[in-house]
Amino acid sequence: MVETTELKVKIGLEVHCQLTNLKSKLFCSCSSDYRQSPPNTHVCPVCMGTPGSLPVLNRKAVEDAILIALALNMQISNKTIFYRKNYFYPDMPKNFQISQYDRAGGIPIAKNGSKKLEVEKIVHISRLQIEEDPGKISYEGTIETSKSAFVDYNRAGIALVEIVTEPDINSPKEARIFLQKIRSIMEHLGVSSGELEGSMRCDANISIQGGTRVEVKNISSFKEVERALNFEITRQKNLLRTGHRIGQETRHWDEARRVTISLRVKEEEEDYRYFPEADLVPLSISEEEIERQKNSMPELPEGHMQRLMTQYDISRQNAMTLIDNKALAEFFEESAVNYSHPDLLGNWIVGDLLSYLYEMDIELKDAKLMPRDLVKMLELIDDGTISGKIGKELLKEMLISGKSPDEIINQKEMRRISDSEYLNQLTEEIFSSNPQAVKDAIKDPKAVRFLIGQLMKKTGGKADPQLANNLVNEKLKTSKT
Amino acid sequence: MSRILELSASELVSKIRTQEITAEEYVNKCYERIKEVEDRIHAFITLTENIALEKAQEIDSRIRRNEKVGTLSGIAVAIKDNICINDVRTTCASKMLENFIPPYDATVIQRLKSQDAILIGKTNMDEFAMGTSTEHSQFGPTHNPHDLDRVPGGSSGGSAASVAALETTISLGSDTGGSVRCPASFCGIVGMKPTYGLISRYGLIAYANSLEQISPIARNVADLALLTECIAGQDNKDSTSIDSGTQNLKNCLVDDVSGVKIGVPEELFGIGTDEVVSKAVWEAISKLEGLGATFSKIKLESLEYALASYYIIAMSEASSNLARYDGLRYGLRLDDENYDWSTAYSRNRDVGFGAEVKRRIMLGTFALSAGYYNEYYLKAQRVRTLIRQELSKAFKDFDLIIGPTMPILPFRLGEKLLDPLEMYMCDVDTVIANLAGIPAISVPCSSSQGLPIGVQMMAPALREDVLIKVAFSLEQHLKPDLELKV
Amino acid sequence: MSEDKKITKEQVKHLAWLARIKITDSEESKYAEEMGEILKYFRKLDEVDTEGVEPTHHVVDVVNVMREDEPEIKPAENILKIVPAKKDRFIKAPRIV
Ligand SMILES: [Mg+2]
Ligand SMILES: [Zn+2]
Repeated sequence: MVETTELKVKIGLEVHCQLTNLKSKLFCSCSSDYRQSPPNTHVCPVCMGTPGSLPVLNRKAVEDAILIALALNMQISNKTIFYRKNYFYPDMPKNFQISQYDRAGGIPIAKNGSKKLEVEKIVHISRLQIEEDPGKISYEGTIETSKSAFVDYNRAGIALVEIVTEPDINSPKEARIFLQKIRSIMEHLGVSSGELEGSMRCDANISIQGGTRVEVKNISSFKEVERALNFEITRQKNLLRTGHRIGQETRHWDEARRVTISLRVKEEEEDYRYFPEADLVPLSISEEEIERQKNSMPELPEGHMQRLMTQYDISRQNAMTLIDNKALAEFFEESAVNYSHPDLLGNWIVGDLLSYLYEMDIELKDAKLMPRDLVKMLELIDDGTISGKIGKELLKEMLISGKSPDEIINQKEMRRISDSEYLNQLTEEIFSSNPQAVKDAIKDPKAVRFLIGQLMKKTGGKADPQLANNLVNEKLKTSKT
Repeated sequence: MSRILELSASELVSKIRTQEITAEEYVNKCYERIKEVEDRIHAFITLTENIALEKAQEIDSRIRRNEKVGTLSGIAVAIKDNICINDVRTTCASKMLENFIPPYDATVIQRLKSQDAILIGKTNMDEFAMGTSTEHSQFGPTHNPHDLDRVPGGSSGGSAASVAALETTISLGSDTGGSVRCPASFCGIVGMKPTYGLISRYGLIAYANSLEQISPIARNVADLALLTECIAGQDNKDSTSIDSGTQNLKNCLVDDVSGVKIGVPEELFGIGTDEVVSKAVWEAISKLEGLGATFSKIKLESLEYALASYYIIAMSEASSNLARYDGLRYGLRLDDENYDWSTAYSRNRDVGFGAEVKRRIMLGTFALSAGYYNEYYLKAQRVRTLIRQELSKAFKDFDLIIGPTMPILPFRLGEKLLDPLEMYMCDVDTVIANLAGIPAISVPCSSSQGLPIGVQMMAPALREDVLIKVAFSLEQHLKPDLELKV
Repeated sequence: MSEDKKITKEQVKHLAWLARIKITDSEESKYAEEMGEILKYFRKLDEVDTEGVEPTHHVVDVVNVMREDEPEIKPAENILKIVPAKKDRFIKAPRIV
C-alpha cells in the first residue's frame, strides 16, 4: 500500500501551436485558412503526399519560430535540419511527419529556454521545433463505434511549433497557468491566435512519485488540460493506492467522455525511426537574422502589464488577468481611452465581463460587445440613469444581442424610476397591504428595509434607491401620527 | 524498319523544322517500330499514342505557319514509369500504382513539353526502381535488344531498351545507384547520372531521395547533351535543386582530350570483375591516352565500402518514402469492410508490393529502428562522408575517374533473381557517384560475343562538361561491334 | 550486435508491423534468413573507423531554401478524383478501433 495523498506529481508538456498568422501551409502554398472550408479543398500534391511531390519551407514560419524562441529566452541554433518522424496513421498523408525532433540528437530550431509562472516558479523549456500538422479525422458516432473514419486533409501541412517543457510542472493548475502564459505570448507576438478552434493543443507526460511516465495525447484545447490532467492523476493515484503498478504507456484523452483511454498494446510499442529529411536542405540562422527579429519584436506580456499599470493606474492583479488574453487587454485599452475611470473599467472587465464569457463558454471575439457600448453603460451608471445591478444585467444582454445600452434600456424599460409621484403611489399600496410590517417599522428602524425592499421589487429593482428610501421614511413619519 | 528512326535527335529536329519530314510521320514510324518489336522487348508499360500524335500534328502545323518551336521539336522521348505525367497512368511497375493517374506534371515533363518534345510512352522498370535487371517489374521483364534472353539492366531497363531498339530516339530514366548507367551499358548506349540537384526531382516518385536523379539516355553523346540541357536547372519546387551555372554542354562536343588527367582506381576492377570487361575498359583508357590524355592508377580505399553504405541508406530512405502507399489517397485498396485501419494497410501493402520492394522496406525499417540506427544508418552515412572526402581529394589531381560501368556482361533472365545479394553486387561500381552526388556517364566502349560493354567516367560535381567532352571523343574513336536482335 | 547474432522471427514480426506489411508465419523464417544474410554483408562497415566523422545527410552545399508565404488557389478536384473510397468530400478510411 502506498500513501498517495502527498505524492509529488511531475508534468511535462508538449504544446502544439498553429502559426495561424501564416497565409499558406508549412511546405506548400495551399491556403492555411481552412476552418470554414469543405473537406479536402485546401489540398495539393505536396500536402496530400502524392507520389513525386516535394516540400518547400515557408520562410515566415521560420521567422515566427525565431520570434517565439526569443520571447521564451531560448538559445537559437545556428544550424538545424529537418527530420522525419515515421509512423502510420490515417491522418498522416505521407505516413511520416516532417519535424525537427530527433531522439538521436538532432538539433531543433531553439533550445534551453524558460518561462516564469509566478514569483518563484520557473518552467524550463527544452526545445522548440517547427513541424507540420496532420489532417483531421471524424467519425459516425464515436471513435470506437464508427464503422469507417472520415479524413479531411485541409489541416494537413499547417505550420506548427511544438514547445517541449521539462517536467517542472507540479499540478494541473500550474499547467493551465503555463499554457495561458504561452497563449498570451503567442498572441502578443501575433503568430498564433488561441481563439481559433484547435489552434493550440497539447500532449502531457505525467509521472507520480513511485510510478512510471505516462503520456496523454490529444488534449485538443487548453481548456481541457486541467481536466485531463486531474483525471489522469486521480487514475494513477488510485492505481498506486490499490497496490497496482503504473506501466509506461500512451493514453488518449477522450474529450466527450472525459476519460483517458489506452490505445496501444505493449508489443506494438511505436518506434518513430527519426532520420534526416533529405528533401529539405539545412536551415542556417545568422546572427543578423536573429538581430532583425529582435528589432521587430512587439510588446510582450510582461511589458504590456507594466504599461497597463502605469498608463491606466489599474491593479497588478487586473493587469495580469488582462494580458493573459490579449484580446481582452486590447478591449480594455480601446475602452479606456474614452472613459474617465479606467480602474473601474478594469474591475468590470476582469470581473463581470470575464465571468459572463466563461459562463457562456465563448471567446470575446464571439461576443457582440463593442468597447464604446461598455463605456456608455458605465456612464449610465455614473450619471444615475441605471443602478449597478441593472448594469450587470445590461452587460449580459449586450454580450448576447450586441445592441447598444440605450436600445436595451428602452426596450426592457430598465431606466431607473425617479418619478416620485409614481413611486409615492406604489408606497401607498405597500403600506395599506402590509399593516403589520408598517407597525414593526415604526418600532424598529431596522424593519424599514423590508418596506423599501417591497418597493424595489414592485419596480423590478429600477426605483431610484435614494428616492425610495426617502419616500418610505417620510410615509412612516406620517403613519406614526 | 525506317531509316528515320536511326537518325539522331539533332538531325531529326532540323529535318522536322525544314519540313523534310513531318513530326507526325516520324512519330508514326516510332509506333510502327514499337508494334513490331514490343512483344519481344517489352520496354513499355503504357503507350501514349493519341497524345503523341496530337502533339506531333500541332508542332507540324506551327512549323508550317512559321511559328517558333522548341529545341526538341517533334522528338520522341520515352519516360520511365516513375516520372509523373499529368493525367497519364504512372505505375512504378507496381501493382500498388497500377491505376494511379498523377494529378500533375513532373518539372522535367513540363520542360520537355515546353521544348515541344513528344512523350511517346511510359517505360518498364524494376518495381519502384529497386533492381538491376528490370526483372522486378510487376508487368513482366524487359529483354535486351542485343540478346533477347538477357536482361537489359535496370532499373531503367525499359528506357534504355526502347532507345537501343530504335522504338524512340531518346529517353529519361532515374539513377539511384546506377539505374541509368547499368542499362545504358547493357544495351550499348549512353546514359548519364547528373550531379545531385542538377535536374529537379519534382515529380519523380521517390525510392531513395538523397541519392537519385532523373537521368538522360540517348544513342549518342550529342543527343544526351541536348536532352540534359533541356531539362537541367534550378526549380522552385525542389529545394535540393541547384543552379547549373554556366555549363554549356553543346560546346563540349569537340574531339579533343589533350591534357585531360585521368585517375583509374584499382578498386573499380575488384574481385568479380569480368576479364573481358577489364580488358575493354583498359583499351578505352589507352585510346584516350593515345589521344593526348594522361592517366595514373590510384587507390581509393573507401570505395570497398560503398556498396554496403549505399544499400543501407537507400533501403532506409525507401522504407520511409514508400510508407505513403496505404490505399487511402491513391493506389491499390482492397476491400477493407471488416478490418481496422492498421490491418487494412498491411493487407494493401502485402498485395500491392512485390517481394524485392518488401525486402528493402523491411531492411530499411530495421536499419532505422531503435538500437540499430547508429550501427547501420548513421554508420553508412559516415562512411558516405569518407567516400566523398576521398573522391574530392582525388579530384584535386584528376579531371576524371574511369572504370567499368558494370563488372559483368548482361546476364541471363532469371540468372540472379533468386539471390538478392548477388544482384546487389552488380551495382558495386555505380553506387559511388550517387553517394557522392557527383556526375557519372556510361559510354559504350566494346563488346564481347555481341554483348555491349560500357566504360564509366565520373567527374566532380557540376562538371558534366568534362564528361560530355571525353565521352564525345571516345564515341568518335570506339565503334563497338553491336547488332540488334529485333 | 555481434557477428553471430541473427535476426529473430520476433524481430521480423515487429518490423513487419512497423512497416505495415502482412507476413505469414512461414514467411517469417524466410525473411529472417534472407535479411540475416544481407545484414551480415552490411556489417562489412564495421571494418571502417568512422570515429569523429560527420554523417552526410545532404550532398549539396545549399542552405535556407525557402518560399514566400503566399497562398495559391489550386483546384483539388484532380486530387480527389484518384481517391479509391470517398464519402462526400471526405476520404473514407477503415475503422480506427
Ligand atoms: Mg509534435
Ligand atoms: Zn498543399
